[in-house]
Amino acid sequence: MTEITLVEAIRQAMDEELARDERVFIVGEDVGKRGGVFRATVGLFEKYGEERVIDSPLAELSIVGVGIGAALYGMRPICEIQFADFIYPAFNQIVSEAAKMCYRSNGEWTVPMVIRAPYGGGIGGGLYHSQSVEAFFAHVPGLKVVIPSNPYDAKGLLKSAVRDPNPVIFLEPKKGYRLIRGEVPQDEEILVPIGPARVSRQGSDLSLFAYGMMHYYALQAAQKAAEEGIDVEVVDLRTLYPVDRETILTSVRKTGKALIVHEDNLSGGYGAEVAATIAEGAFTDLDAPVRRLCGPDVPAVPFSHPMQEWFMPNPQKILQAIRELAAF
Amino acid sequence: MTLSDETRLEMYWMMLLSRRLDERAWVLHRQGKIAFHISGIGQEAAQVGAAYALRRGYDWVAPYYRDLALMLCLGYEPREFMLSLMGKREEPSSGGRQMPSHWSLRRANVVSHSAVVATQCSHATGIGLAIKMRREDKVVLASLGEGSTSQGEWYEAVNWAAVHQLPVIFLVENNQYAISVPVEKQMAVPSAADRACGLGLRGVAVDGSDVFAVHQAFTEAVELARSGKGPTLIEAKMYRITPHSSDDDDRTYRSREEVEEHKKRDPLLVNRRILERDGLLTASRLEEMESRAKKMVDEAVQYAEQAPYPAAEEAAYPVYAEEVRHD
Ligand SMILES: Cc1ncc(C[n+]2csc(CCOP(=O)(O)OP(=O)(O)O)c2C)c(N)n1
Ligand SMILES: [Mg+2]
Repeated sequence: MTEITLVEAIRQAMDEELARDERVFIVGEDVGKRGGVFRATVGLFEKYGEERVIDSPLAELSIVGVGIGAALYGMRPICEIQFADFIYPAFNQIVSEAAKMCYRSNGEWTVPMVIRAPYGGGIGGGLYHSQSVEAFFAHVPGLKVVIPSNPYDAKGLLKSAVRDPNPVIFLEPKKGYRLIRGEVPQDEEILVPIGPARVSRQGSDLSLFAYGMMHYYALQAAQKAAEEGIDVEVVDLRTLYPVDRETILTSVRKTGKALIVHEDNLSGGYGAEVAATIAEGAFTDLDAPVRRLCGPDVPAVPFSHPMQEWFMPNPQKILQAIRELAAF
Repeated sequence: MTLSDETRLEMYWMMLLSRRLDERAWVLHRQGKIAFHISGIGQEAAQVGAAYALRRGYDWVAPYYRDLALMLCLGYEPREFMLSLMGKREEPSSGGRQMPSHWSLRRANVVSHSAVVATQCSHATGIGLAIKMRREDKVVLASLGEGSTSQGEWYEAVNWAAVHQLPVIFLVENNQYAISVPVEKQMAVPSAADRACGLGLRGVAVDGSDVFAVHQAFTEAVELARSGKGPTLIEAKMYRITPHSSDDDDRTYRSREEVEEHKKRDPLLVNRRILERDGLLTASRLEEMESRAKKMVDEAVQYAEQAPYPAAEEAAYPVYAEEVRHD
C-alpha cells in the first residue's frame, strides 16, 4: 500500500474516471493549465486535453448550469467550484435546477454530475476562503452531499459520485488536502458507496459524530481521551445527505451519549439534524443531553490568527467537550 | 431554404391550432375547470418560424413557458396540453408535478425547465458544449422572454456559448412586457440583439409576427451553428396580447387602446394575409382548418377531463434517479 495525501486521492479518482469513461469531463476555473488552485487537477489537462479539462469563464452559475446541460445530453461532468465560499452564485442552478430535475420531469431527465468544492477554515483564508456550506445543501432533496475525511474515502467516494446518476455535492476539507495522509491501494479499484456513515473507532462511553476535517480532529481527541480512560466511539458521517439515521442511532443506543462536532455555524447546522434524529429515535437510550461543539454564530471565519483559532474547533476543544460529556 | 406551399400552409396550421388550444385554456379557466394558464397568444409566429428551421426530433430545445406553438411543432399533442392544464397523471412533462406549460418532452429532445426565468439558457449552452465535444452536427435552441435577458443567468450562458463557439441559438421573444414592466425598463438598447453584439455573437432582430421572416432568420442561424460557426441570438419582436397569466389583470398597467392597436399585428392575421396574397389560403381551406382545430381541441379536452389524477402518494417520488418508475 502507498500513503498518499487527500488531494492526491482526489486527483487520482478524477484521473481514473476520465480514463474509464469518455463521457466524464472536468470544468471549472483554472482547472486546465494551472491544474487547479489547489492542484487537484494537476496533469489532467496535459493527459486528456482542453476539451475534457475545461477552463471555464469566471462564472459559477454557468459552471453548474452548463454542467447540467451537458449531463442532460448524456455527459458526466465534474464541476469544480474553486472555493465553497463562491458556490452561492450557483445556488440557483444547484437547488432549483439540478436538485429538482428528476422530480419535476417525473424521471424523464436526470442530472448525473458532481460539484466539487474545497470548504472549511483554519487556513488563514478569512471570511471568503473558509466557509462551510454543507447545511444549505443537506436541506435539499434531490442532492447528495458527501464530505470525505481521509484519502481512501476521498478516492472511493469521488469515484462513486462520478458514477452516481444524481447530482452530488462533494465538499473537500481543504485544510486536510496535504495534511491528511493515508494508505490507498494503488493496484486495485476503490469504490466507497455513497450513503452509509462509518464507525471509524469503536467505543462504549460516548458517540462522537463528525465529518471532514473535524473527523480528523475527532480521532485525535478520542485517542487522547482513551489515555484518560474515556472510551469514545467515533462516527464519520461522510454522506451527509441522504442522512444515514440507522448508523447514528445504533451508535447512540450503545453509548447513551452523543457529541456532534462541525466547524460550520452552530444554529441550523448539520448537527441540529443529527441531534433531532437522536431525540426522535433514541430518546430513552440517552444518559445525557446531546452536546454540539460547532463554529460560533458569527458570519464566517475571521482572518487574524487569534480570532480564527477562536472560531475553529480543534482537538483540544473536542477533548474538553468529551471530558465534560463523559462526566455528566 | 425555400418553403413549399404545403409547408407554408402547415406552418399556418400549427399557429392556428396553438391559438385555438390557448383560447380554450382561457375558457376552461373562466369556467373554473383549470387553476392556471399562461398564454402564448401573439407569439405563435416566432415559435413556429423557429421550429421549422430545426431538424425536429434531432436538434435539442430548452424552451420557456410561452412556447405552446413551438411544442406543438415538436410533436407535443393537444391532449397532452389539456392533461397538463388539468394536472392529470398522464401529462408527459412532469406527471402533474409542474404547473401547466412548464415543458419537458424527452421523445422530442425537449429538456425540462423550471419557473425560474433564464435558467434554461446555461442548460442550452451545456448541451451545445456536449454536442461540440461529441463532434455532432446538432444544434440547440433556447428561448426566453426579453425581460429575462436582464438576468445574469442569461448573460453567463450567452457569453460562454460565444467564447466556445457553441451551436446554440437563443430566441428572445420580445413581447414588450415582463408581467407589467415594459421593455424600456429592461434594457438601454433598442433590442436584445444589441445586447448580444457586445458579447461577440451575431445578434439579429426580426419581425416576430411574420412567420416566414422568422423562419428565414433561423434558417441562417441554424446553418451557421450546424457548420461550427457558433451561436446566434435572434430577437423576435411581438406583443403579448393577453394578460401575463390567468392571475394577472393587465388593465392595471396598460390601456385597452394600446392592446387593440397591437392586435392589428396579430400574427394569425398577418400571416393569413401573406398566404391569401400568395393565393394559398382560400376561404374553404381556412374553414377546413378551423373545423379540424375545433375537433382536435374538443377531443383533447374530453380526453383530459376523463383522465385520472395522480394518486396522492405519487408525490413522494422520484426524488432520485434510482426511484424512477417505468410504468
Ligand atoms: C428569477 C425569477 N424572478 C421572477 C419571476 C416571476 N416572473 C415570472 S414571469 C416574469 C416576467 C418574465 O418576463 P419576460 O422574460 O419578458 O417573459 P414573458 O413572460 O414576457 O414572456 C416574472 C417577473 C420568475 N419566474 N423568476
Ligand atoms: Mg416579455
